[in-house]
Parts: sequence; structure tokens; C-alpha cells
Amino acid sequence: MWEYTDKVKEHFLNPRNVGEVENPDGIAEVGSIACGDALKLSFKLDENKRIKNVKFKTFGCASAIATSSALTEMVKGMTLEEAMKVTNQDIAAYLGGLPQEKMHCSVMGKQALEKAIENYKGGPPTEPAAQIICECFGVTEREIERAVRENNLSTVEEVTNYTKAGGGCGGCHDAIRQIIERIRAEAAPVARPKLSNIQKIKMIEETIDREIRPSLKKDGGDIELIDVIGNRVLVATRGACATCKAADITLKHFVELKLRDFVSPELVIEEVTP
Amino acid sequence: MKTIYLDNNATTQVAEEVLDAMLPYFRDLYGNPSSMHSFGGQVGRRIREAREQAAALIGAQPEEIIFTSCGTESDNAAIRSALMAHPDRRHVLTSRVEHPAVKSLCAHLSRQGYRITELPIDKDGILDMTQYERTLTPDTAIVSLMWANNETGVLFPVEKAAELATERGILFHTDAVQAVGKIPINMKANAIDMLSISGHKLHAPKGIGILYVRKGTKFSPFLIGGHQEKERRGGTENTPSIIGLGKACELAAGNMDKENRMVVLLRDKLETEILSRIPNSRVNGTRLHRLPNTTNISFEFVEGEAILLLMDDYGICASSGSACTSGSLQPSHVLRAMGVPFTMAHGSIRFSLSIYNTEEEIDFVIEKLPSIIARLRSMSPYWTLGDQACSVQ
Repeated sequence: MWEYTDKVKEHFLNPRNVGEVENPDGIAEVGSIACGDALKLSFKLDENKRIKNVKFKTFGCASAIATSSALTEMVKGMTLEEAMKVTNQDIAAYLGGLPQEKMHCSVMGKQALEKAIENYKGGPPTEPAAQIICECFGVTEREIERAVRENNLSTVEEVTNYTKAGGGCGGCHDAIRQIIERIRAEAAPVARPKLSNIQKIKMIEETIDREIRPSLKKDGGDIELIDVIGNRVLVATRGACATCKAADITLKHFVELKLRDFVSPELVIEEVTP
Repeated sequence: MKTIYLDNNATTQVAEEVLDAMLPYFRDLYGNPSSMHSFGGQVGRRIREAREQAAALIGAQPEEIIFTSCGTESDNAAIRSALMAHPDRRHVLTSRVEHPAVKSLCAHLSRQGYRITELPIDKDGILDMTQYERTLTPDTAIVSLMWANNETGVLFPVEKAAELATERGILFHTDAVQAVGKIPINMKANAIDMLSISGHKLHAPKGIGILYVRKGTKFSPFLIGGHQEKERRGGTENTPSIIGLGKACELAAGNMDKENRMVVLLRDKLETEILSRIPNSRVNGTRLHRLPNTTNISFEFVEGEAILLLMDDYGICASSGSACTSGSLQPSHVLRAMGVPFTMAHGSIRFSLSIYNTEEEIDFVIEKLPSIIARLRSMSPYWTLGDQACSVQ
């Protein structure tokens, strides 16, 4: 049996925004019945070009339904630019995390969102014809590249967990390995300037304000920076986060990842109790 | 919340009588059956009795029963022994729908240079016997075909298949883990050389199994060690479990009639009511030749894991052949081998009953399931297409 968080179970048992928006501004369908999950997403904008109404229909397992529900809750009220910035990691973090083998559900949500926004803007942007790498699940090279980049994947198994590529006959494992090697070579050491402690603290505060706090606030939560000792970032949880069982996962999988992305890859987040 | 356990092909509840029979051998009667003193010797006598009870269930002789640790060990021991007995033969004949205990072993043997043929089945789960006969070659060391399929309950004609193999001097093994205790089996009346049994599928505990080896069959042990099991399986006997399994075999023999009259009625009621109340549902596998306790039903346009979790909310336990429950990304190899369309395969649910199920439990499932399926279909992007088609299949 899968270990789902309470939030995943709750969204599965009481999914929000099921259905189809009437006269949608953007609509998209990703996945297929053969692959075992599919998601149809539609949205309508208000006069300020913010997402007013968004609905989903999903064929799939509990986590596919829960991620769809979570996605609609997350993007409601966002501008399309803001919505485009939602990553599959954000969706997973919103749910307090997903089992590794189920991360592809969050990727499916992200894909549906992007495709629906592209649909609103008038069809997909011109890009070279996508090459299919995984024939069993119809996964393209571009999809694999993105998943590797955005989730920092390093093994074929991880790529399968996130995109399903390689989960069928296994014939594409070598091709996937090559893509991973290529992407990881690109991402090789970009020498970061060594930060002074003051610079580091300032950057951490900026990142919390800009990248982290808005997401937490949506759930009625917040964090406060207490201290920075070397690479240890000490924070205290506030509001809903302080009583949330999944706060640990949010700290590790969302807050820490953001700080590592924007400030320094060595940072480790630690919660201090007041 | 009451648990309604309809997953007996996965494992079964240990019978009260079985547990009672076992308990003294954990605490008081812990002697080693091989010991010279009477303290151990009395345990040896109980093991002999268990061997007789097990033999009686399948019409075998006690010395044809080898106690093992599980069905998987029995399958491995049988197939590997046949290959050792005929080192000149390099072919293994099996089917596409075997349990992983056989299927994965064959894949492993294939990497070691053995030639493996996995016979296909038709859409009803039935084996083509003409093709089977054609595939038996002088190079075939062993045939291994399951007696009853764990997912669909469909029965293979293993007695006929064993005859055809024996005529050609080929060893025949059957994984009868799902069949033993549910349908009458008489080894005196067939030509099967080796047969696997698993204790926990017939109300004995987990971790105990049997390999039946017909008298006169050349056998090469899988576990080499002490003189236990007449040097055919080394290792100190799992005495409480062997005694429990003996008791379970005795009970199964007594319950065979009940299984085939009462359990089959409950299964049929469950199946018929589900099919009539839920549109776009169908049974996977033939309904003619199958176990009395199993039904495998697909619900179009919904996914099995989601069905299981909603049933779980009511305490109902079953299994699914969907991709999401397997941990792999593809639906069950059995359903794929039968060519079940993807719209159906992902939404398959296996209900497997036992003599401990009651009619109230079945009625409860019949009452709850339609709304579960309807709820998931209302979320499914594919359902608008199907909700017109309310014909019952």
C-alpha cells in the first residue's frame, strides 16, 4: 500500500473543483487511458486576467486525483504568469509530498496547466518536433530533459518515477541514461561566488519573501528566519505551519530546495521551537 | 469498522483450529523432531501426522510430501530439480500468466541460456492445447503450468497437459497454490510429477509450503543440508507451521463441499449483482472453468487503485490489476496476456472469497460499490462517452 499523506487522502476523498468550466478561456488534456492516467483541465479568467474558475476531470489513481485537486486550488486567483511558475515540486509540496513512484502525477498536473495556458494564448509555441524516447508511454526527449533539470534527477528509475518514461519494456533505458548524463554535464559546477555571512542572510531573507512566503501564506502559514549559522538556516514556523503535521516535509522539500536554488546549494534548513 | 475480507487469493485468515493446533509447539513442545529423546520424538510423530493430513487432501502418499518455506520455494525447487535431473535438456515450457515465482525464475533461467516458451492464452484466459502439444519437444526438461490463475481464477487443464507431457517423457510441474483446498485434487488419478502448495492460501500461517514430488521422480534438493525431509530439503523443520498446515489440510478436505456449494453461491451473487447494477463492467476470464471463490471484474473508465481506496474506507479489502497498485506502470501481465483493453485493464478488481465470508458482507459490498464507481466516473474525463451505454454485459 502506498504511504499517502493525510492531505493527499483528504484531496482524494473530497476533491475540489471537479468538472469542466463552461466557455473556458483555456483547456487542455494530457495523458491517456492506455497510460493509466489522464487529466482534463479548463479555466476561465476574470476581468483582471486572473484565474477565476478552474476545474479538472481525472482518470487515475488516488494521487492523480489529489494532485489535480491541489493544482486547481493552488492556481485559483493567480495570473497566468504566476501560474506558469508553479512547478511539479510545488504541487507535491502543497500535498505534503508524494511517494517517489507517484511524482509523475505532479508532472502531469504541471503539463496540463502549461498546455491549458498555451491553449489560451493560441496554440502551442513553435518548437522543433518532439522526439519520442519512450514508446510505451509516449514520452518525449523534451519532457525527460525538463524533468531531469527541474527535479535534479540522476537515475533512470527517478526519471521513470517522474515521467513514466522507461516504465514499460525498458528499451529506452540507454537513451534516458544519455539524456541524464548530458543534462548533468551542462549543470556541472557553476562556481558560485563565496558569500559573506551578511550577504547570505540578506539573500535568504529575500528568497523567503519572494519565493516562499507567498506560497505558505496561501495555506495560512508562515516562517520566520531566526538565525544563520554557517550553512544551517534556523527557522520557526508560524500560523498554520506551526500546527501542520506536514510542515517538516514542506520545510525540507519546498523551503530548503528554494533556498538551495536561489542562495547556496549547501544550505540545510532546521526548525527551532519557540 | 468491520473488515470485509475479499482478498483470500492474496492470503487467508489462519483458522482457529489451526492456531490451536500450533500453539503448544511454540512454548511447551519445542523439541527438535530429529532428537533421540522422547521430548523431541513426540514432535516428530506430530509431523508425521501432518504429512498424512496433507497427503490425504490431494490423494498423495505421505512420503511424496516435502515441507518447504512457501509456494515460491516449492516452485523454484521443482523447476531447478528438473533441470538438474536432465542436464542435457535446455527447454522450459510455461505460460504467459504464471505467478512471479515461476515467471521471474524462467526469466532468470533464460538469461542463463535456457530456452523458455511462454504459451499465450486467449481472451478468456484459456490455453490452446493444440499449440501446447506442438511445443513439447525432446529438448523440453519440464513443463510448469499453474492449476488456477491467482488473478482470474481460470483453471488450466493441467491433468490433460500432464498426460501429454508424460507420454513424451517430460516432467510436469504445476503451481497449485490457488487450487489446493478449493477444488478436489487427486494425485492418484493424474500424471503430474510435482505440485506446489502454499499454506497461507488455505488458512494455515505464512512461511510454510509443500512440494509434492511423485514417488519415483528424480529429485535434486534445492536446499542442501541436514537429513530432514528424507534429504530432499535441508533445514530444521518449522514444526508449529507444519503442524498447522496439516490441520489446515484436514479442515480444507472437510470444507471442500462447503467451498463448492456456499462460497460459489456468494461469489455468483456478488458478480451478478455488480454486473447488473454497474454499467460498463465485465468479468475477466471465462466464467465456466474457474475457482469457486474468485471473480475479476473490470469497471470501464476508472482506475483500480482509486476504487480500492474508496472501498477501503468501508473496510472492504480486495485487489486490483491496475498499474498503480502493482508499483510498475503497466497493468497486470495476466490481463495484458488476455488482451483486456486498456480502458478495462486499469479498472480491474479481484474479489476472492473464503468460507468465512457471509451473505451480509456480500450484500454490503453490492450496496456500496455502485456509488463508488459512479463517483469516480463523475471525475473521469472519459466517462461522458460511456454513460450512454448502459447495457449490461
